Amino acid sequence: MSGAFTKSTARNIFYGGSVFFFLLFVVLTFDTMKTLPERDHRENINEQVILGKKVWEDHNCIGCHTLMGEGAYFAPELANVYDRFGQSKEAIVAFIKSRPAEGVPGRRSMPQFNMSDEELEAVAEFLKWTSEINDANWPPNIQG
Amino acid sequence: MQYQSQSVAKLYFVAAIALFVAQILFGLIMGLQYVMGDFLFPEIPFNVARMVHTNALIVWLLMGFMGAAYYMIPEEAETELHSPGLAVALFWIFLAAAGATVLAYLTINYADLAKLTGNDMLPTMGREFLEQPTITKIGIVVVALGFLFNIGMTVLKGRKTTINLVMLIGLVGLAVFFLFSFYNPSNLVLDKYFWWWTVHLWVEGVWELILGSILAYVLIKTTGVDREVIEKWLYIIIAMTLITGILGTGHHYYWIGAPEYWQVLGSVFSAMEPIPFFMMTLFAFNMVNQRRREHPNKAAVLWALGTGVMAFLGAGVWGFLHTLAPVNYYTHGSQITAAHGHMAFYGAYVMVVLTIISYAMPLMRGRAGANSNKAQVVEMWSFWLMTVSIVFITLFLTGAGILQVWLQRYSESPLPFMVVQEKIALFYWLREITGLVFLAGLVLYIMSFFIKGDEKAA
Repeated sequence: MSGAFTKSTARNIFYGGSVFFFLLFVVLTFDTMKTLPERDHRENINEQVILGKKVWEDHNCIGCHTLMGEGAYFAPELANVYDRFGQSKEAIVAFIKSRPAEGVPGRRSMPQFNMSDEELEAVAEFLKWTSEINDANWPPNIQG
Repeated sequence: MQYQSQSVAKLYFVAAIALFVAQILFGLIMGLQYVMGDFLFPEIPFNVARMVHTNALIVWLLMGFMGAAYYMIPEEAETELHSPGLAVALFWIFLAAAGATVLAYLTINYADLAKLTGNDMLPTMGREFLEQPTITKIGIVVVALGFLFNIGMTVLKGRKTTINLVMLIGLVGLAVFFLFSFYNPSNLVLDKYFWWWTVHLWVEGVWELILGSILAYVLIKTTGVDREVIEKWLYIIIAMTLITGILGTGHHYYWIGAPEYWQVLGSVFSAMEPIPFFMMTLFAFNMVNQRRREHPNKAAVLWALGTGVMAFLGAGVWGFLHTLAPVNYYTHGSQITAAHGHMAFYGAYVMVVLTIISYAMPLMRGRAGANSNKAQVVEMWSFWLMTVSIVFITLFLTGAGILQVWLQRYSESPLPFMVVQEKIALFYWLREITGLVFLAGLVLYIMSFFIKGDEKAA
């Protein structure tokens, strides 16, 4: 780090490099935004899916589960739970509904959230929609 | 300490350490819940403990960064802080908001908290690391703006050094990218895509500028190496950070619905992300080797060297381990991710905040050059206990992660998540025990502050 390589050279590389790559990132983001509608099937985002995402957030589900691999690693992946439960929204609803309020002795257990039927239906619909996103075939298998 | 107003940093550092303790205690609760699933259930379910664990970490690191800025910037600018009063006021606002938020997490059902704080008007809650109620987020923005105004004015009226400039760019970036936390579209793919503009562009982007400038500052002070040399290193390190790290965001876009070209771009650029961290290691060791003085604060130098090494291992090596798309296909969202997260956050950000605290605290407490030798020995013991613990926590989680990936995703008859969790429980027990050693290190660290006496300035 001596000779012709001065501090102002280093500074120019920093400013030039950062600006160039940030602009490139913005351009790639625009391109991504153009291609997303075909991959996320946004035409299927109905009132129920919107409510379902809100229910998902209001109960901080991401604090235990992963969704498309992001979140906490304490409880199963849920982006493919619709498929894992045999493409049954009823099975998802039944599972959430049946959690014991006091938990299961010695084991991890999902809390009893006392959701309304409307909320249960919505969260199941949200997870169904999520399972249909084109996510480059992740996860590798049905176990998530 | 040359300027009276630098001492506002003390408040921030004390609060940071207190929140650090809270973070570790809740980490231990979560670690136990991994193996004793009903521990504290349903009073403190895992998701609540995790919010406290991660949010306390974020807030205490932010407190550390702000304290660092309040300490460094006046001295670098060779002038008093624009408004020490504002700095103190913002501290109490920030602490009250953070405290109230944590208390609310622990006492109010999260869904009720969402309702109570009007999340329906501008829904931003319930997303990883951004769980804070919207009003808390607005509070953070207000505090950040006041803080930037205060240090910005100080830089403007004083000497403009590279360290101040880089610090300022990093902090402005921090505030700007936080604004993406207010964007929460109902389309999950868009939500995730821009969520990373806060999370990734923070920790693998602008935060590294803050890290670099703190490290450079402490190295100038403790080694006496020529400022020109140190500032050149700093520029080249942060240049590599942003050149690799911005497109490196692509490694989060493999499996969330974004187009496949991100698998190539993300792999190539994030594979280069270890470079700036490796340069940080070289930087720290080179400067200490070329030192022109023997600074009496040996502990601060140890933390600075440790930051270089552990940031490279945690962020660089453990990041690279699972960043290539074909590997990440199997490791994404597994205990491998958790292993990387723990060592990267500790090695890069925890350690750099402890570096500046170690350097600045004795001076703010009126000690001549450094704490007494006895206090430094205790502090260095805490360094080794915490650092070795985090290495083993990372190794145990990596072991758990490799088994998890094999049993759940790679073998010919993949097993369900919970079945696998039970099979790898041994590693979780080992992690928890190591966590207790980490806590012992933290207790020792705090004790080191109560040992009296000082060492003369060099």
